[in-house]
Amino acid sequence: MWQAIRRWFDPRELRSVGTTPDYRFSLANERTFLAWLRTSLALVAGGLAAAQFLPPLSWAHLREVIAVALLLLGGTVAVRALDRWARTERAMRLGVELPPSRFPAVLALSVGVGALVLVAAVLAGAVGFRD
Amino acid sequence: MTDPTDAGRRDPGLQPERTRLAWQRTALAMTVIMVLTARLAYTRGLTGAVVVGLAVLLWGAALRLCWRRATGAGPAAAHGRALPLAALATAGYATLGAVLVIRGMW
Repeated sequence: MWQAIRRWFDPRELRSVGTTPDYRFSLANERTFLAWLRTSLALVAGGLAAAQFLPPLSWAHLREVIAVALLLLGGTVAVRALDRWARTERAMRLGVELPPSRFPAVLALSVGVGALVLVAAVLAGAVGFRD
Repeated sequence: MTDPTDAGRRDPGLQPERTRLAWQRTALAMTVIMVLTARLAYTRGLTGAVVVGLAVLLWGAALRLCWRRATGAGPAAAHGRALPLAALATAGYATLGAVLVIRGMW
């Protein structure tokens, strides 16, 4: 755990194993990290926008729940992007297979399920079915 | 002008260029986040004033980081602390936003 966190921050720690790969691969890894970071920023933007531009919803605090859920998801994606970048860099240096990950599937499913729940909530509100 | 004998070779020059552009897109997204955080904080009164300051500081640091990275990206800059710091700045905005939203419920 601490070892992994040290690898995030210390370039020398990363460079201490294996051989330096073609720098183009390192840059591609960096761009993948940045793409994940922008995904994270989009989720954070969604949370911030939900908190201030949504009108209060019929269920108490539903708006705040949506906002905090999006913000937490965004924060998780950012930290995970960093971890993934460091692990990939290490794998490339050691010449081993890239680490497998379930995270994209989990993220896609949670966004999809979240969207479905909100569609159901909007429809329920539209036909006047309320608690 | 491209040398025709180079046509079959991969162009290493495009990789730093694309990475620079990726950093610039990220800096733009950071700006949007800063504006949204500042706006949310502004509507929350005195605590908000402090958070607006924090958000702008965080944004300045992140932008400077992105900018330095964008102008320096290349073979020599394949590693650095810019990545962890950019990720932490994003997580920092998420935390600031969550604190503001939760505080606003009471």
